[in-house]
Amino acid sequence: MLTRLGEQITPETLFKMIEVRGVHRSFNGKHVLRGVDMTIETGESITIIGQSGCGKSVLLKHLVGLMVPESGTITVDGRDITSARRKELYEIRMKFGVLFQGAALFDSMTVEENISLGLRQHTALGDAEIANRVRECLTLVNMDGTQKLKPAELSGGMRKRVGLARAIAMQPSYILYDEPTTGLDPITADSINDLIIHLNQKLSVTTVVVTHDMVSAYKVSDRIVMLHEGRIIFSGTPDETKNAKTDIVRRFVNGEADAQSYVITSY
Amino acid sequence: MANSTHNLAGKVGRRTLEFMSELGRFTKLVGRVISEIGGIFQDRGLFIQECVTLGVDSLPLVLIVGLFTGAVSGWQGHYQMEGYLPFEFIGPGTFKAVLLELGPVLTALIIAGRVSASIAAELGTMKVTEQIDALETMAISSVRYLAVPRVAAMTVMMPVLTAQAIFVAMLGASFVCIVLLGMTSNQFWGLIPNFFKLYDVFAGLFKSLFFGLAASLLGCYIGFRTEGGAEGVGMATITAFVWSCLAILVIDFLLALMLF
Repeated sequence: MLTRLGEQITPETLFKMIEVRGVHRSFNGKHVLRGVDMTIETGESITIIGQSGCGKSVLLKHLVGLMVPESGTITVDGRDITSARRKELYEIRMKFGVLFQGAALFDSMTVEENISLGLRQHTALGDAEIANRVRECLTLVNMDGTQKLKPAELSGGMRKRVGLARAIAMQPSYILYDEPTTGLDPITADSINDLIIHLNQKLSVTTVVVTHDMVSAYKVSDRIVMLHEGRIIFSGTPDETKNAKTDIVRRFVNGEADAQSYVITSY
Repeated sequence: MANSTHNLAGKVGRRTLEFMSELGRFTKLVGRVISEIGGIFQDRGLFIQECVTLGVDSLPLVLIVGLFTGAVSGWQGHYQMEGYLPFEFIGPGTFKAVLLELGPVLTALIIAGRVSASIAAELGTMKVTEQIDALETMAISSVRYLAVPRVAAMTVMMPVLTAQAIFVAMLGASFVCIVLLGMTSNQFWGLIPNFFKLYDVFAGLFKSLFFGLAASLLGCYIGFRTEGGAEGVGMATITAFVWSCLAILVIDFLLALMLF
């Protein structure tokens, strides 16, 4: 029997990755994605960096089918999500857990209800089993005991942790993080970084992070790619990124403004 | 002159295109609500919860509206008939007006203000805070989970609310005519059975069913289309209210042409 790292090879496992090919997308005449090509290998932790407004979050939403490209393809485990019908798309989405920038917890539900929603909708688990799963997920993010709280009672960092617990409840293969450390103090941000690494190792998931926080990017990534002017212009390990020769990458990672963009007109 | 005409034509053309594409998107939502209506059985709890939130919680307001609508109809009926028609016609006149027009339309307008706007605000807030995206990434259809229970609940509850408003309106009218205007109970109620037609009851409640459907669908559609943070949510709330009221008046006219 053919195996790869002890895993049986099937068409499903053979194509277990995300492939983005020639993706274009515009908004109100603004061409945001201009032919993005990218491959995300199974098990890797990849971070997409780039300036604010360059289309990182847009790209992330394309990966999970929340947005549809004008041209190009996105395949998840060998299945093209750009042409998938709704039912098939929902099947593919079951493989994903997403942590949104503001956590996107459902205001009207408690922490427990937020985390258990997917389980109640998609599984036949009983109340006791669901409660156990919720506790397990909350324990993984160090939030056990908050089951009965409402999102409004949580701090920013706590909301992200609960959002993460909700993202992992359905045991996804891919976890996508949209600006996981934005708006958090450095210590809380670092604890979220630790959590991303911990979950990546503990759950053996593929991690895709979108951020402009280089501290976070260096810490959580196996590979960093940079999105600039709608294209991926750089791909490398954190060390390669730190020593990048390309001007735009070097300036971005070192936080150096382009002098040309700050020319002050004299009066 | 030619330039301003050209600009005007361009503006009209753009607005027409925008309206048609909005109509297309709205029709698409209606199609999805219809195709996913079966989800109501999976989410029975949500449907019942929405019946309570949108229907039962609206009851006090609807009853107050019904009571005063009936009371003013009785008073106006008395004023207009005095010297021309026997007072015995006030009861049937008020009954017909309340059953066919005032009850369904005023109840629907009040509900449009309360419910359609609140649906738009709630869904709009969920949209701008990415809660709807979160739902979709959890492979839960936002239309099935959010729109279907609200639309179904409002469509079912509107005729119920209207029936109660009509009943209370008649009590209000009889109170005014009997207690304040000195008519006898027989004078007010006596001729109503002679003018009673079951078809009128059906028509009045049938209209309210469409009003409930339109107000909730518009609330959902505008909520799902919300963009731009708090300002967008505020705008969505106003838009839902205005469009629901307009839709109710237009539907009322069209149904009047078809039913009577």
